[in-house]
Amino acid sequence: MLTLSGVGKRYPTGDRALTDIELALPKGQVMALIGPSGAGKSTLIRCVNRLVEPTQGSIRLEDTEITKLSGHKLRHARRSMGMIFQEYALVDRLTVMENVLSGQLGYVGFWRSFLRRYPQEAVVEAFRLLERVGLTHAIDKRADALSGGQRQRVGIARALLQSPKLLLVDEPTASLDPKTSRQIMRLIRELCAERELAAIINIHDVALAQQFADRIVGLRAGEIVFDGLPSELDSDMLTTIYGEEEWDTTPEPMDDETTDDAPVNPPYARVLSSIEAGGAR
Amino acid sequence: MPVSTTPQGQPVWRRRTTRAQWLQYLAWLAGVSLFLLCWKMISDNTMWVFVEDAGRQGADLISRMTPPEWGYANVLWKPMWDTINIATLGTALGIMMAFPVAFLAARNTTPHPLIRSAALVIIVSSRSINSLIWAMLLVTILGPGVLAGIIAIALRSIGFVGKLLYEAIEEIHPTPVEAISATGASRLQVMNYGVLPQVMPAFAGISVYRWDINIRESTVLGLVGAGGIGLQLNASINSLAWDQVSVIFIMIFATVLVSEWISARVRHAII
Repeated sequence: MLTLSGVGKRYPTGDRALTDIELALPKGQVMALIGPSGAGKSTLIRCVNRLVEPTQGSIRLEDTEITKLSGHKLRHARRSMGMIFQEYALVDRLTVMENVLSGQLGYVGFWRSFLRRYPQEAVVEAFRLLERVGLTHAIDKRADALSGGQRQRVGIARALLQSPKLLLVDEPTASLDPKTSRQIMRLIRELCAERELAAIINIHDVALAQQFADRIVGLRAGEIVFDGLPSELDSDMLTTIYGEEEWDTTPEPMDDETTDDAPVNPPYARVLSSIEAGGAR
Repeated sequence: MPVSTTPQGQPVWRRRTTRAQWLQYLAWLAGVSLFLLCWKMISDNTMWVFVEDAGRQGADLISRMTPPEWGYANVLWKPMWDTINIATLGTALGIMMAFPVAFLAARNTTPHPLIRSAALVIIVSSRSINSLIWAMLLVTILGPGVLAGIIAIALRSIGFVGKLLYEAIEEIHPTPVEAISATGASRLQVMNYGVLPQVMPAFAGISVYRWDINIRESTVLGLVGAGGIGLQLNASINSLAWDQVSVIFIMIFATVLVSEWISARVRHAII
């Protein structure tokens, strides 16, 4: 559904952020993009919706060549790509409802959006989404009155109100505590399944990536160095992606998930088992 | 070098190198010398005979100003009302013109660098001319009266509001703007949803602050014939009616006090 071929990005300063990225994402697949800070993860997903202009290569979403679009057509294409941000990127002084409805901006004209007169179907859908992410009580609150996890839920509802085909998710959990992180990842995962959305999720937390993604792509210095199933990611591979580190020392348990309805396995259990499978160094 | 080693091998750290320290002493010396030199020049140009009896003159002036001729206040209500109107309407007009100019002048919202330069020229030229001078020019063009005052205040306010507002626009968080753009919103929608809510508190604060300044500025516009209480002030000073002047002073003082209070309340309510 989404195809990147030969995509490269060189910033005007001369830094190469991405080199020759080849990537195909089928419908409904949740892909985690891992890699060290500065590897180009954010640049990659921003190239897809052209918040960053790729300097070479082609990006196709279904039948649309995104790299060639401009103006109205680009805005039209952006509607089918919902984006979720690390710092939630909500407009703090607007209410939760206004923030969610801003997902419709690509569909309504300026005056309708200025006067906040959205089509009734959009409003109904916004109510439905807010119920789905569990925020019906907060509709009239200002966005800055919410907690981190709640804000990220608003961000998710906003992205989904675009009725996207693809979700671009940039470090959704980096500002959240371990428990909320997992709840948010689970929510994204479920919503992707419900709506058959493909998703690219930039994430630092390898354990979370392994638990919630169908596929993992490792990026290092702007190049893809790993592309495979979560179970195939072993400590040698982590060394290739991130560099030398004692990957098989037991990580500190970060999260006492006793009250939650989460799977019994703590997040790191999966890493350990896969490391055993891949042969510890 | 700030880091050196003592003969005993202990590392020593100082804030500045010896050279930088001496340069700093020299800079202080130069600064103090310049201040003393200026002091001497001003003192040489002052006619100390006049200054010697300043105390007596001041006391004399105060005795002529008291008691204030309270009856004169009845004549002043209308010009005071004019003054407040000049300030308020002028501020409103200025804000209306400054608002689009600020968006054109901010680096992150301007449609084109050339338009940005044009907007900056508007802001600078408005700011570089005092409203009293604007009023003088406009009285020549439009004739004396309140209208000249309103426009003078408006023209001066464009630069002030425009500059502070475009700086506020340049300081917004870029991520909400990015997020709104990512939804497929048009340029104007991005301004409306991503930028405007973020600068709204600054905008309201700046506007009220400028209104507050304009109340003070419009009290003197009458000196050049642009309407308001300054006209009466000028007349009273020229006819040496110091007991009337003191009534005007008290009135201006009270008005400014009230406007400060209002603007503080409004800013507090918004932020």
